[in-house]
Formats: sequence, structure tokens, C-alpha cells
Amino acid sequence: MAQTSIWQQILDHSHRADPYPLYAELRKTPVVRTEDGSYVVSTYREIVALLHDPRLSSDVRSLPELGADAPVQASEEAPAGLPPNVIAIDPPEHDRIRRLLTRNFGPPQRPRRVDSMLPDMLEIVTSEINDFASEDRSGTTRVDIVDDFAYPFPVTVICRLLGVPREDEPRFQAMADALIKAVDPTTGGIAERQHRRAEAVADLGRYFAQLLDARRGHPGDDLLSGLVGGDGPETPMSREEVLSNAALLLVAGHETTVNLITNGMLTLLRHPEVLDRLRRGDEPDLAVRVVEELLRFEPPVHFLPNRYTLDDIEVAGTTIPGGSPVTLVLAAGSRDPADVPDPDRFDPDREHNEHLGFGGGVHYCFGAPLARPEARIALTELARRLENPRLVADPPPYRPNPVLRGPRHLLVEIDGVNPVHQHRP
Amino acid sequence: MKIVVDLTRCQGYAQCAFAAPNVFTMRGDEALLYNPDPDDAEREKIVRAAAACPVQAILFDQEDARHRRDGAGAHVVSAGPVEAVERIGRVVVVGASLAGLRAAWTLRSEGFTGSLTVIGDEPDPPYDRPPLSKQALLGQVPARGTALPRRDGVDADWRLGVAATGLDLRGKQVLLADGEQVGFDRLLIATGVRARPWPNEAEAGLDGLFALRTPDDADGLRRRLAAGPGRVLVIGAGFTGSEVASACRDLDVPVTVVERGAAPLVGALGAVVGGVAAQMQRDHGVDLRCGVQVEALEGDGSGRLRRARLSDGSTLDVDVAVAALGSIRNVEWLDGSGLAAGAWGVACDAGCRAVDVNGVVTDDVFVAGDVARFPHPVYDYQYLALEHWGNAVTQGRIAAHNMISPQGERWPHLALPEFWSTQFGTEIKSVGVPTYADQVVIAQGSVPERRFVAAYGYRGRITAAVAFNQSKWLEFYEGLIDRAAPFPPAFRTVDRPTDGHPVAAEVPDRPTQQATVVVTGHGPGERRAAFVRKTYL
Repeated sequence: MAQTSIWQQILDHSHRADPYPLYAELRKTPVVRTEDGSYVVSTYREIVALLHDPRLSSDVRSLPELGADAPVQASEEAPAGLPPNVIAIDPPEHDRIRRLLTRNFGPPQRPRRVDSMLPDMLEIVTSEINDFASEDRSGTTRVDIVDDFAYPFPVTVICRLLGVPREDEPRFQAMADALIKAVDPTTGGIAERQHRRAEAVADLGRYFAQLLDARRGHPGDDLLSGLVGGDGPETPMSREEVLSNAALLLVAGHETTVNLITNGMLTLLRHPEVLDRLRRGDEPDLAVRVVEELLRFEPPVHFLPNRYTLDDIEVAGTTIPGGSPVTLVLAAGSRDPADVPDPDRFDPDREHNEHLGFGGGVHYCFGAPLARPEARIALTELARRLENPRLVADPPPYRPNPVLRGPRHLLVEIDGVNPVHQHRP
Repeated sequence: MKIVVDLTRCQGYAQCAFAAPNVFTMRGDEALLYNPDPDDAEREKIVRAAAACPVQAILFDQEDARHRRDGAGAHVVSAGPVEAVERIGRVVVVGASLAGLRAAWTLRSEGFTGSLTVIGDEPDPPYDRPPLSKQALLGQVPARGTALPRRDGVDADWRLGVAATGLDLRGKQVLLADGEQVGFDRLLIATGVRARPWPNEAEAGLDGLFALRTPDDADGLRRRLAAGPGRVLVIGAGFTGSEVASACRDLDVPVTVVERGAAPLVGALGAVVGGVAAQMQRDHGVDLRCGVQVEALEGDGSGRLRRARLSDGSTLDVDVAVAALGSIRNVEWLDGSGLAAGAWGVACDAGCRAVDVNGVVTDDVFVAGDVARFPHPVYDYQYLALEHWGNAVTQGRIAAHNMISPQGERWPHLALPEFWSTQFGTEIKSVGVPTYADQVVIAQGSVPERRFVAAYGYRGRITAAVAFNQSKWLEFYEGLIDRAAPFPPAFRTVDRPTDGHPVAAEVPDRPTQQATVVVTGHGPGERRAAFVRKTYL
């Protein structure tokens, strides 16, 4: 089937650098049934409708073959059997967990928490960029935007937020890699990946269990301590729920932002006029608009692969039967010419940018309020401080994952690093 | 600077409250309160908040050239002689409020270069009313701090503080209270409504009795609430009355709400969901008395409000009373104009064109906002008058567009009614017409937790949905209403209540199809319609 082959091509690593022409092909059929029986939705209006459709579950246990009645439940085989995290469950449990997570992260209870982290973010970014120049202050330097910047920065931020020791990074990184690999649909079937995912979460859970034990009796102001503290009117999270969701926040807190920042720098280098405007710094709102346009144009998360129909749902004339896995191709929807004018143009001056970069509905990205300033500060500082940055290879090499899509490395040559300028985060 | 949030669009994602915590604050799960008049020092963060809004619902004064450039000339009108008026004629907008401002802005942004006059009886430039019953009463923003952002300034002749007193349709003149006349090629009627005053004129003069509609009302009431009154009496538990009661409780002021119906909000949401609202009020310490009316208000020797006598024979010592008795449409100035204007509003077609008493559609007079009533196809073409913020915006925009567009490019105003209310830390949102129902079912969520979606049905189809702190699901139900999907909804969803059985909706009797127009005369040549001013409700 031609349509299936388009989806296969999208998943194929050889198209990772530029999947957008394939997305355009995919959108010609808004709902495509793939060979494994799942449905792929790629048009803007249909994705928005499904994000708000209560007949769509985010809980894999909704699938008849994986549900409570099924003979083998994926999570039962997992070593520690941690409960699924907040992105893999439905209301009302989802809403309760999300409220409890938010209590320690944002409004209404902690409205200034992210705002108060902005100076920290700038300090980390500044120090990382300073390090670019340390080898050879005068001549041409080659830096890897991924390894030297876009990866370590959000890792440091999420570690500080959660209360995870930064020096543990080598320890949790392998587990995080295993977890995001389990999200990649090219690495196995749903049940098998679900199993690997549970294993990776269990490994991370054991790591967090040690952290919690070490912290018992002397909690800090970090998010993890807050979750364990469990104030407020609602039933606090169980220890298992805390471990499962802490693992999610740690991994999602940096694996996506690294791509947003890297995709951002790559896009700016491909649009030197925008990079130049950002470098000049005389348009105070520009960086904000650049980040929103990046979330539309080169988003860090390309699909939401983990949705399941609870009932038959008619979408654009096609009935998706109940009990079907559904993949929402956010990155294709954000470039749907039916709803976005001139969608393949990177245009930070665009009005009314209602992109799908962070999804929508009750599962709207929990970390969005953190990712936005991270990307804004990172890209602003890169633009203003790197002297004459140029791409070494275009396209750069990409990581295999088609869902969390981004370059593995982004080598950039610079002529030096400008001194720090006056800037408020 | 001035900001306004389209809370009809808002789904409570809270991104603005993360980005600009001094300006946007969340109450409970989803309710957003914001400062409509923040300090310019907050601008950078407000820009971030507006950009981060997932539904792009935040509007503020735009200073940069980018918006001026994009705003002008977006709509190019062809220059033929017939269309000349559409570009260079004289447009008059009567009503300098949300709908009027939105219309004026639309006219300019669509390239209308002719003369534009906006007439308003209030001295203030267009301001936003929803914050008056919330942020203003709480003292978070001055009552005169809710002016609406005027994008690009809106180039118009603003005639504020002078009321329109008459309309000469034949001569195409609006008559003003100061004796002047303003000629028009196109007229937009957006005169809105006013608060229904306390019916007893002697009692209405008591010091301590308030209505709530204007900045003056809000400012006076705020001062009394801030002074710590012994008890506040709210008369009428509609949205305004309920929000006033909510503000009282936020300020820790004792409040009694007297409602003649069976429950708060019953006129808009029916008694079933109204019952939930009643429990919510009581849980927040409101002394709620339903099925009771205020028979008399009594003052002391110096004319200060002291006591209320209720229909159940009890009396209540109160220092402050708020008459939240609904509204009266501002149509008196149209008496004798020949338009179908009366107590229920000014009739218009789906294109916002006013209808005359003969049922003939005019082509140069348009209506928008609270004062307009238009036939809605989803509700059997009944004429609906919608006192909703979102309707004022949408209808103002559509009316303005249609005023300067040729026949083939006009837009119909067919959107489903939507409204919201923020009270007791809960965001109540509604889509459709909940009173157009015979049954209601809790479709998602939990009533005891006050996080739920109620779906309303009429003769087996879904006609409305109301969400308490569950607004992210509402657009799904909007789609069901548009498609006349079967009621009760029979599909499986997340968070489906186990005991979700439809029950009687207990909505107030809908107005029966009373004649507002009677046909007179005998032969075809003298056959006319006359408007019946008196209604029997």
C-alpha cells in the first residue's frame, strides 16, 4: 500500500533529516491505517479534535490485548512494577497526579518557581558558552552544540529542579536512553516496547528510591522533596507513583529540550537573517517568537504515539475502530497548509501561531513552562555571543528516534566568543 | 498597558501564569484572574505569556510596527462604484463597548478608510466588564483599570459621553442627546444592556444598595466591601450575583444570597447543575436562600440601608445589598425608528442586518452584541439574544465585516453560544444553550469533586454542555452539538461516571413563541406588521 510505505519511509532513519515532504504526502490522507493496525493522523484540525476527544485514551491498558483482562500484563513482568506515569494514564487519575506534580512546580501553589529559575538558566548558559572559548580564545573553534551545550544545559536545570545530583548524570543517562528508545516505534511492537519501557522506568525508579531514602528526614525545596511531602487536600502520591513520575520528569525534562535547542540553532544557521536579527538584540520580543515558531516548524516531539481509541471514532470520514492504537503526527499537523498559511516557511513574525509543538488537551506538555525559557535563553545567548557561527555539515547526523527527533551532533565553527552582554533573563 | 484575555477561548493551561506571575494568576484548577491594567515594566513577561498561550487568547496593546503593518490593508475591497461605500463611506457605531470596539477595529483592519464615528453614552473609553465582578471587587485592579486594549489605536471619531437618542432610517441620521445629528451610510447598533434597577423607587435610593454594571458601580461596591460590612445581601443568584458572592467570601465578608428560583444559575443552567452551584456556594460559607424573594429594603433615618424583609417572613440586618436582577436592553432610543426593536432586543438576520417591523431586512443597519437577537439554526431558528462576552466579540467582528463586504463575501453569525463564569475558584464554561433541554447527564468527571462535564439534550439530541473545571473537553461537545449528535451520549470515554443516567434538566420554561409582531390591514397593498411592545413574560 502506497500510504503505508509513506509511513514506513517516515520511520526510516534515512529520512530523519527532512521528513517534511513525506508529512505533506501523509496529510493527503488525514487518517492512515498502517500495517500493524494502528492509525496515523496527520492533519491539523483532526489532531486538535482528537487531543480534546475523551474517547481517546492515553493508557495502553485500554487496548484489549494489553488490558487488565489480557493474559499477560506488560507491567507485571517488569522488575519493580511501577505504576504508569502521568502521560500514560487517563483522567481522573491523570488529573490527580498532574495536580500533585503541579503543586510543586507552578500555579496556583508555586507560581514563581519557574520565574525564579531564569537567572540560574542564564548563568548555566553563560558558563557553557564561556567554555567554548577556553581552548583557543583567538582562532577558529569547532563546537558541538549538542554535546557541549544543548544536552548539558537542560540536564543541569532539571537536576536542580528535581534535586538530583548533577554528577549522577552518567548513571541515569543509560536508563534514560533505554526509556526513550522504548518510545521509538521502529524498535519493536507495542507490547515489547512497553515491557522495555517498564524495565527502564524500574531502573530509574530504583535510582530515585535511593535518592529519596537518602533525603528522608531532611527534605529540600526541590520538586522531589515536595512530592514526598504530600501537602494539600488530595491523597498524596504513593511512593511508587512518585518514583514513576520522577523518572518521567527527569527524562522528559532534558531529552526533548536538547532537541528544541539544537533544532533551533540549526534552523537559525539556515536562516541567517533571523539569526542576525536575534544577534543584534534590538527586537526584545523576537526570541519569544522564534521559540514559538520553532515549536511549530522544527518541534522536538514529532508524534504522540501512545493513544488508544476507547470507542469507534470517525475522523475526516474514516472510522477508527475502538481498541486501536492511534499516532498523532504533531509535526505534520503544525505544517498543515489548510490551517497554517505558508507552513513550510520559518517565519518568527507569524501572527496567531497556534502550533501543536506541546500537544494539547489535558496532556499538554507539563514541562512547557520550563522548556520555553530554556530555549529562549539558550538561543539568545548563542546568537549574541558566537562569532560568525557556521554549520560544518548540513544536514547534521540525526539520532535514530523518529518521535523525539533531533541531531545527534551539531558541529559549528566559530571565530570566537563575544563577552557577556547586559541581559535580563 | 492594557490587556484582555478571551476567556471563551481560554482552557486553563496556565502557561501565562508561569510566564508572568505578577499579571496572571490561577485560582483552583482552571480559573484565570489577570490584571487588565498592568505596569509597563511587565511588558516583556506579558509578551512571553501571550506567545505561550496554547489557544492564543491574550490580546494587549501592540506598539511595534509589525502589527500596524500587518493590520492595514489585509482586506482589499474592489474599487467599483457600487462598492465605494464599503471602503470610503461613513460608518457610525452606536455603543462604545466590547462589540463596538471590536467592530471599529475590524473595519480598520479590513481596510475601511472612510469616516468612522463611535458614539457612546458613557464617558469612559471602551472597557471590559467581566473583571468588574472579580478583580475589581477584590481590589486587585481599580474599577477604571479595565479599559480594553485598542490595537493600533483604531482611527475613529470617538464621541464619548453623549447618548444616541433617535434614529432616522429614511434620512440615515443618528440623533444625539446634545442635539447633533450624525449621518451614516452604514450603522452598527451595539448599545448593549443596562442593569435592571431595584423595582421599588423609594428603596432604590437607599445608601448601600448597588447594581453592578459600570466602573462606578464596581468602585462603589468595592469601597463598601473593603470597609468590612457586617453582612452583604445579594439579590438574585445569576452569574453576576454568584460572582459577587464569591468575591465577598474571598474577602471574608459574610454574605446572604437570596434567589427566587430553586438554585443559583438556574435560569442559565437549569436546576440540576444549579444544585451543584448551590452546594459550592454553601461550602464556601455563603448563606444561600433559594425559593425566597426580598420583599422590602429598609433604611435608617438617614437613608442608609439597614434591613431586608424576605418573603419567608424573616428579616436580615444588612449594610450592603447588590441587586443582581438581570438586564434591560438599551433600545429606547430606537422607539419609532421602524426597526423591530423591543424588550428582547433588536432583531437581525444571521448576517447581523437589522430587521424592520415588517420583517424586511435592512441593508445598511447592523446589530451586534447584547442588544442583538438573531435566529439560530441549531435552536430551531429561535431568536437568541446572548449576553455573552464571546458573542459581543464575534458578532461585532462579523457585523463590521459584512458592513463593508459585497453580498457574496458576507459571513453568517452561526457560532454556538459560549460563556464562562469564574466563581469560588471554579471555572464554569458552557457551550450551546443549556436551557434548550429536557434532560441532562453527567458525561464525564465527578460532581462531588466539582470537576465534570454535563451534557444537555433536547428530544434526543445534544444541545449544550457545561463544564466545571473541565474546559479542555468542551470543544469535543461543541462538535457534538453542531452535528446534532444523539442524546444521551452512548460512547465510552475516559473518566466516565458509573452512575451517569440522564435526569430531567429542570430548566425554566422557555419563552413560548409569543407574538412580538402582529399583522395588520386587509388587502395586500396595506398589509403591514406592527411591533407589539408589550410582552407577556
